[in-house]
Amino acid sequence: MPTAGNFSSEIWLAVVTCFAAVFTQNILLSYFLGMCSFVSVSKEVKTAAGLGLAVVVVITATSILNWMAYWWVLVPLGLEFYRFILFIIIIAAFVQLLEMVIDRYSPALYLALGIFLPLITVNCAVLGSVLWMVIRNYSFVVSVGFGLGSGLGWMMAIVAMAGIRQRLDESKIPAGLRGPGITLIIAGIMALAFIGFTGVLQ
Amino acid sequence: MNGQTVTKPAKQIILDGLWYDNAIFRQILGICSTLAVTNNVLNTLVMCISLSLVTALSGMTVSALRNWTPRSVRMMVQTLIIAFFVIIVDILLRAYWPEMSRNLGPYVGLIITNCIVMGRCEAFAGTNRPWPSFLDGLFSGLGYSVVLLAIAAFRELLGMGTILGFAMPYFSTHWDKWIIMVMPPGGFFVLAMVLWLCRSVEIKRKS
Repeated sequence: MPTAGNFSSEIWLAVVTCFAAVFTQNILLSYFLGMCSFVSVSKEVKTAAGLGLAVVVVITATSILNWMAYWWVLVPLGLEFYRFILFIIIIAAFVQLLEMVIDRYSPALYLALGIFLPLITVNCAVLGSVLWMVIRNYSFVVSVGFGLGSGLGWMMAIVAMAGIRQRLDESKIPAGLRGPGITLIIAGIMALAFIGFTGVLQ
Repeated sequence: MNGQTVTKPAKQIILDGLWYDNAIFRQILGICSTLAVTNNVLNTLVMCISLSLVTALSGMTVSALRNWTPRSVRMMVQTLIIAFFVIIVDILLRAYWPEMSRNLGPYVGLIITNCIVMGRCEAFAGTNRPWPSFLDGLFSGLGYSVVLLAIAAFRELLGMGTILGFAMPYFSTHWDKWIIMVMPPGGFFVLAMVLWLCRSVEIKRKS
């Protein structure tokens, strides 16, 4: 089971990993994960922020759950190859549970987030960050930081994109480039800007 | 499930998959899991073959089980079938080509959440016989592969001056390499150009 030594150094490593996941290795802009909903749900800042928030919660929580399931159950049993099935079941079950809990206790929040929750199960950013976490052998605390950072990074990218796209509504864009085409070009320019963060962390 | 089948000739299934309903430029589906590896033609080729096989085989399986799957749990059943084939691909890659498995990292596993696989199972395999579903999955996968391989070829050629690792005549010697092409922004730009081109062709064809 991966550990990073004493507790304070682990916390520091988690903070650094979180920062890296938001800026230098943004899950969307450098790993292209979560593109489908990024292209289709980035038309309005409000909905983008709602979906982003839901993704932050789901990635952070499923990182914790899947870390425990992987290192405490699958690895001791030698069943690592079952991880894809286990991860996707845990993610689907967690999303379903979250949907029921929110519906029960906060109808207002359910109205704001409810429609996005089913979409999140098939959002590659969730499964992707869980798989990265396992491949990179992150310790528990670092995994929490990584999950949080991945979620925040994705949320930031989709909110920024929605803001830009709202402004684009009135501009004249070639017919073939309208919609997804221009979104991808903007995403490319954003990714270019984020390359500027490379080297901030060693 | 009522077991009713929609008959569509094999030729139409193939054409739809390759062009008319092409997953990428018609529906913008499934770019997540593969775009990241398109800075290298070889990695893309392996990903595309894996994806086409998973789509075809899971389409066939979903179709074969369609009359025994209750509607309420069909998403879960589909996900498990897809995950089953992805695990087989992952194990095969790790056993026979560990280096490639490391290069692809988490992206093989991400085929599970690729919208194309689930999309074809849901839209086609659920109401069709196994053999047409297999064809549909295979050719949807191939239509997707053609676009991604074109993207990969552009990116590797302009960014590294090679294709499949072989040095190309002009590009490896006189070409000032566009490193940005093999970095993430290059992927976004090239995909946007491909979309622009295909959509413009389609708009012209319709008018």
